[in-house]
Parts: sequence; C-alpha cells; structure tokens
Amino acid sequence: MSRVNRATAAQSLSVSLTVGAYGIAFGAASIAAGFSVIQSCLLSLLTFTGASQFAVVGVLGAGGSALSGIATASLLGVRNTLYGLRMAPLLQVKGLRRIFAAQITIDESTGVALSQEHLGVKEARQGFWLTGIGVFIFWNIFTLAGALGAQAMGNPAAWGLDAAVPAAFLGLLWPRLVNKTDRLLAASACVLALAMTPYFVPGVPIISTAFLALAFGLRANLWR
Amino acid sequence: MEINNFDPLWLAVIGTSLLAFILKYLGQSVPKRWLSHPRILKINSLIPIALLSALVAVQSFTKESRLIADQRMAGVGVAIVALILRAPFPVVVISAAATSAALFKIQ
Repeated sequence: MSRVNRATAAQSLSVSLTVGAYGIAFGAASIAAGFSVIQSCLLSLLTFTGASQFAVVGVLGAGGSALSGIATASLLGVRNTLYGLRMAPLLQVKGLRRIFAAQITIDESTGVALSQEHLGVKEARQGFWLTGIGVFIFWNIFTLAGALGAQAMGNPAAWGLDAAVPAAFLGLLWPRLVNKTDRLLAASACVLALAMTPYFVPGVPIISTAFLALAFGLRANLWR
Repeated sequence: MEINNFDPLWLAVIGTSLLAFILKYLGQSVPKRWLSHPRILKINSLIPIALLSALVAVQSFTKESRLIADQRMAGVGVAIVALILRAPFPVVVISAAATSAALFKIQ
C-alpha cells in the first residue's frame, strides 16, 4: 500500500470540489432544457464529461434533434480519447480497472496527473485516480442538487439561468483561448454558428464549426 | 427499429453516454502511435474551442432559430467583463445570472 502524497491529495481535492460545484449549473441547465431529474443524473453518472453534457442538453433545449445533440456532444468527447492515449502508459491497467479508468478520463484527472508527473509516476497515478474519483462523486451530488433546485424554481429566465449557462460555458472556454489562433477561431465559430442558425436545423450550426477547427488546425500546421 | 419511436431526450441520454464511454475507452486501449500525429493533436485541441464558442453564441443570441438580443446578451456581457477582470468562476456565473434576471424582471 503506497502512501498518498499530501500535496497531490490536496490538489486533487480542491480541483474535485471546484469542478464538482459546476454540477449545480449542469443539473439546472438540464432541467431548464426539458430533461427530467433522473435523465440529468444519468447523464452525469454515465456520460460524465461536462462539456458534452452541457452540449447535449443545450442542443435539445434549443429544439435540436437527438442525433445532432449526440453528434455535438461526441465531438466534444473526442478529446477524452486523446487524454486516454496520454494516460494509458502511465496507468498500465487492464480489465475492470481499465473500464473504471476510462470512465474517469476527463480534463481534470488528466490535468492533475500531468501536473504531478514531475514528482514521480506514483504521484501522477494518485493524482489521476483521486481527481477522477473526487470529481465523479462531487459532480453527481451537485447535479442532483442543481436539478432539484431548478425544478423547484419555475421559469429559468426569471432567475437568470438562461444567461448563467452560456456564462458557465464561457468560463470553461476562456482559459483555453491562449493565442491568436484560438481567439480568431472562437470568434469565427460564433459568427458562423449565428449566421447559419436561421437556415439550418438546431444543432447543425454548432457541429459545423468543427470544420472551422479542422481548417484552422491544418493551416496552423502549415505555418509551423 | 424505428428511431423516431423513442423519446428524443432518452435517446440523447443513452446515445451520448454510450459514445462518451466508447471514446474514453478507445483512448485507453488504442496503440499510441495511431493518433500521435501532431496535426491530429492540433485539430483535436481546436475542436472544443470551436464547438464551445458556437454553443455560447447560439445560447446567448438565438431563440427558436431566430437571432435575438435580449437580457441574456447583457448577462453574458457582464460575464465577459468578469472574465477579463479574472474573477473566479462562481462570480462569473452569478453576475451573469443576476444581470439577466434583473433585466427580465424589468421587461
């Protein structure tokens, strides 16, 4: 039984609590979009990747089809595949443990694992598991709280929830906009999605911006 | 199997969950060299930026496929100011909600 590094545990816990609290916003957003409490909780338990969850309830709440919601959410979930690629050699797990590890492979567990790597492999592994499990616990508890709270409060617009959800998204997005390419892409995606909105089925304008990311990614590579 | 016979909300919950897990599991299982090309890594890092930006825009400025400027715009505007001032996340969200709710009540 290896001892848990105190600094690693502290970082894992603070990340888990902070991010877990987002669960309130998700639970409330999900109810506002027309999902039931059980559906909201199942999304947090089973999908368990925040951006995808916000996307699927956002698309369906705006009148989009299930398929466009699933497609948008899944495009956002693709990065977990890359996190998994990065984490697999570190974790070295098989069978049931790999299934658990896969479910908690998200932004935060990967982020903390990477931030602990300089301390050693053991600390990086502990960071991954502690953060993944911690976020899982808090995210699900707070989702239930948010869903029940939103159900009790009636019209979401009267409480500003209709602005809180895009603001929460913006809060997630903001730290990722680190250079000119990122900011230009973000602005272009906003313009494209808004320009397409009157002419396409809800959901399609959002997914379409993945092509912008593709174009920017290919060009960024050529510049290098 | 008629997809239309399912409730779209349940279809979305189950479909999203299933695909989310498959995507996560793939990463833990696929040989690393398959997806390690720098161009693919670059595109993968840009996709969330594009999708999240589009989602913010659509949630802030549209209603039932129409472009519209209402109380949400003011709320998100306040959120942007809060982010520029490096406010912590809860402040960003709550200030947006309070602004939007106040304008909603005035209307």
